[in-house]
Amino acid sequence: MQWDIVIGLEIHVQLATKTKIFSGSSTAFGAEPNTQASAVDLAMPGTLPVPNEQAFRYAVMFGLAVNAEIGRRSVFDRKNYFYPDLPKGYQTTQLDHPIVGPGFVDVDLADGNSKRVRIHHAHLEEDAGKSLHEDFHGMTGIDLNRAGTPLIEIVTEPDMNSAEEAVAFAKKLHSLVSSIGICDGDMSQGSLRFDVNISLKPKGSDELGTRTETKNLNSFRFMEQAIAHEVERQMDILEDGGRIIQETRLYNGERDESRSMRSKEEANDYRYFPCPDLLPVVIDDVFIESARDLLPELPDERKARFKEQYGLNDYDARLLSDDARMAAFFEETAGHGKDAKLAANWVLGEFTARLNAEDKTVTQAPVTGAQLGQLVARIADNTVSSSGAKKVFEALWNRDGDNADAIIEAQGLKQVSDTGALEQMVDEVLAGMPDQVAQYQQETDPKKQKKMLGGFMGPLMKASKGQGNPKLFNEILLKKLSG
Amino acid sequence: MHNKSVAELSRELESGKISSVELTREFLDRIKAEDRQYNSFITVTEDHAMADAKAADEQRAAGKAGVWTGVPFAHKDIFCTNGVATTAGSKMLANFVPPYDATVTANFRAAGAVCLGKTNMDEFAMGSSNESSFFGPVTNPWGLSNGEKRVPGGSSGGSAAAIAARLVPAATATDTGGSIRQPAALCGITGLKPTYGRVSRYGMIAFASSLDQGGTMARTAEDNALMLNVMAGFDPKDSTSADRAVPDYTATLNEPLKGLRIGLPKEYFSDQLSPTMEQQVRSAVKEYEKLGATVKEVSLPHAKLAIAAYYVIAPAEASANLSRFDGVRYGYRCENPQDLNDLYTRTRAEGFGGEVKRRILVGTYALSAGYFDAYYLKAQKVRRLIQQDFINAFKEVDVLMSPVTPSPAFVQGEKTSDPVTMYLEDVFTIAVNLAGVPAMSVPAGFIDGLPVGLQIIGNYFEEARLLNAAHQFQQVTDWHQKLPQ
Amino acid sequence: MTISREDIEKVAVLARIRLDEEQIPELENDLGNILSLVDQLSAADTDNVEPLAHPLDAVQRLRADEVTETNQREAFQAIAPATEDGLYLVPRVIE
Repeated sequence: MQWDIVIGLEIHVQLATKTKIFSGSSTAFGAEPNTQASAVDLAMPGTLPVPNEQAFRYAVMFGLAVNAEIGRRSVFDRKNYFYPDLPKGYQTTQLDHPIVGPGFVDVDLADGNSKRVRIHHAHLEEDAGKSLHEDFHGMTGIDLNRAGTPLIEIVTEPDMNSAEEAVAFAKKLHSLVSSIGICDGDMSQGSLRFDVNISLKPKGSDELGTRTETKNLNSFRFMEQAIAHEVERQMDILEDGGRIIQETRLYNGERDESRSMRSKEEANDYRYFPCPDLLPVVIDDVFIESARDLLPELPDERKARFKEQYGLNDYDARLLSDDARMAAFFEETAGHGKDAKLAANWVLGEFTARLNAEDKTVTQAPVTGAQLGQLVARIADNTVSSSGAKKVFEALWNRDGDNADAIIEAQGLKQVSDTGALEQMVDEVLAGMPDQVAQYQQETDPKKQKKMLGGFMGPLMKASKGQGNPKLFNEILLKKLSG
Repeated sequence: MHNKSVAELSRELESGKISSVELTREFLDRIKAEDRQYNSFITVTEDHAMADAKAADEQRAAGKAGVWTGVPFAHKDIFCTNGVATTAGSKMLANFVPPYDATVTANFRAAGAVCLGKTNMDEFAMGSSNESSFFGPVTNPWGLSNGEKRVPGGSSGGSAAAIAARLVPAATATDTGGSIRQPAALCGITGLKPTYGRVSRYGMIAFASSLDQGGTMARTAEDNALMLNVMAGFDPKDSTSADRAVPDYTATLNEPLKGLRIGLPKEYFSDQLSPTMEQQVRSAVKEYEKLGATVKEVSLPHAKLAIAAYYVIAPAEASANLSRFDGVRYGYRCENPQDLNDLYTRTRAEGFGGEVKRRILVGTYALSAGYFDAYYLKAQKVRRLIQQDFINAFKEVDVLMSPVTPSPAFVQGEKTSDPVTMYLEDVFTIAVNLAGVPAMSVPAGFIDGLPVGLQIIGNYFEEARLLNAAHQFQQVTDWHQKLPQ
Repeated sequence: MTISREDIEKVAVLARIRLDEEQIPELENDLGNILSLVDQLSAADTDNVEPLAHPLDAVQRLRADEVTETNQREAFQAIAPATEDGLYLVPRVIE
């Protein structure tokens, strides 16, 4: 039996506002427990919510970045349930009239195809506090610093059909909210949390299967694993003739296990109703346009610009434009290096390989775009050969010299590109190898000829003490050998 | 002194004939001597009051006194008072001492008034007789001389009784379905529920957010005006607070009433109304005609649905507002909770009284899956119809008048066996809260020696007009000056 | 209008209020009476009527994103039933 995998995501994004969504408490990370919990955050009797303008601004920016309709008149609702990290006994959220309506995100996949994932909507809500599960002699400790932090919850349509697509979308979304500046993107701190809804259906069928929800995945690796795990679990059940129970599950990444969440959800009727302490929020054109002005260049816009401005192909443009910091690094490199294609090759090749090997991010690189750019310029103008360039790069990375020119000088890597001098060397070497020259000229198979050419390079490089420009040598050799 | 109004006391203090310390002492002694019979106070803040009084006298000596400086009053125990127990009449908050003030509290502090204590109330403002308080029922000063323990009305029964008994000249109160107007009527005093949004709800323990409104209680309309001057105003901490200038409510008290157009909603004068009550109310209306007002019949066609709509909306909002009472961060906590569920279910079963639990259950039911459309949504639609009725009526007239209650103060225990019987007490007052318009109760006569009130309802933000109408009435009648024996 | 025992128990769970067996009959009666009162609503013609959530026709004012609150943990926790190391304590929660 063949199965289609159907995946939808719900993503909770913590907004990087200075204060909480309904109170003037600080949202700074890492404070001592309950030192950033005001009377409103603690749900003290008689306290009332007042919404944060910046939370709305950030939500509108997000909506614009995903091509969505903006909710001109949005309403807050109460979602009622009891839990110690939820002081009011209800969460203030948005149900029927959210701030962001339907939109979409186009995701580039590894095979070069593009996948459109539709956003159903995004709404504003408040985050809950934290339960600390260290044992306080049989008790649990509750920290309400996080209670009231603004979140946007983004809900996608079930448009993804594989773990790869889901992870690619998740990464794109992460990059998007980080680069437009509404979220600090730090997943280890819980700034983004992913819930994955998965169902299977027989291949080609129109009817969706029963879905399960796996909550609170906070790394892409776990997301991928969790999806694979759940798909297998569901497939096993369905192929055995069983039925999937609609439920919420927790995935343990370390053990690659999942379990059904204790029935916090069971018999939970949230009894949503519009919050009577808050009035409808009306967003006008002025607000939307000023939010639009705050948007930096979005990845899709940047990709198009890179293709146009730097003549990059689609693949390279995508890889360089996706992340704002990488894009900035590339542009600095290209700016100093003049040859954009060469710059792209170096950034995506040697530079990225080094970052990955040392598990560094772009911001942690020991080389600046200006430095790399200067090296690229020296390659482009034939000052160094490609093997020489590798040596320069190594030195730059190890901070063994300030800039490319200094290193080239210090290591004597300047290659000779004076065609006159090179021609002379070729003449001399060829004169000293008459048999090989004759063999070459008599050979009819071009492949074999090419191989033979290599035989002349050794002596030539020796004659030039390694500083002959190999490309030029090649050109001159061909010219002279073909006579 | 204890028979004087706030206005009179303010003049006495200004003239130097008495100091705030002396005045405060007199009232505190009175409370100590008399309140046993009424149980109108939950907390008496003797030390704070004397300290505030002393500070007030110093302010006066420094030439910085205002109208309210040094004048004693009380807060209904629903307004958070920093450092002073605020119980909402409930076991759930019996030990709750907030480290913050309600905005209303802060306003009176800034005005230099001297708070004598926190008055008794129906638990979480849910009631019409002040019989549901964890701190015991309040007894109406009226009827005691006959050996009858009658209710003062509710939920602001403590404030009303304390004023009627002259234990305090004025007290703050709240009104969600009639909780200022009904006790004012049953206790023979004057009370005002302002337009929704006129008075900040910040720090005022919530019952039903879209209906609750803080308001005033005193013996005279003038005193109510003086109170409203302090209480009214925009508060950025309350999203439902109206951003609208506050007039001086005392400045227009003496405007002549000639030409005032009064409407009598026919639905409030049906054959269900007792003849004696009707007679009192119509006599009062006659006084207005003598002052130059005109009277006509109007209609509020959906008024009869008000109680039904209210008893869906109010409990629904309350069921969510009271979820925060869970034994975790403040207030009552059951002993030795075995697990989280035990903590919640026992804290709430033990901490809340019967009426509160009933309303939470009804409210939860009305919001639950399958019932939301038929109950909550339906009630909100009926609410709009009721609001529209008032808007239409005010196109033809300036104010509406009606009875406040079906009958005068009933005996304690008379209506407690069936919640619905108690709910019907609010038949005249409840539509006002659904629409959010302002309304007053003014003493208008007696039935069998017990006070009854006249309700005056105004258009949005026309408190000045209401107070003017009440004040003029009180210039030509003396019901508001009668004392219980 | 009657409310079933099952509905009462379900609603009591949602509201986290423990009910004793003896309370149920009285609740069935009282809540039933209240719901009968409320049933009057069904007679009203509300076709094409918008629900009224707030008496005032106003829109929400938004607050500037500036920190206005200070650390008042000591004052707030002085009135708390159970705290330790700055945390609120509840019976162990199993996730």
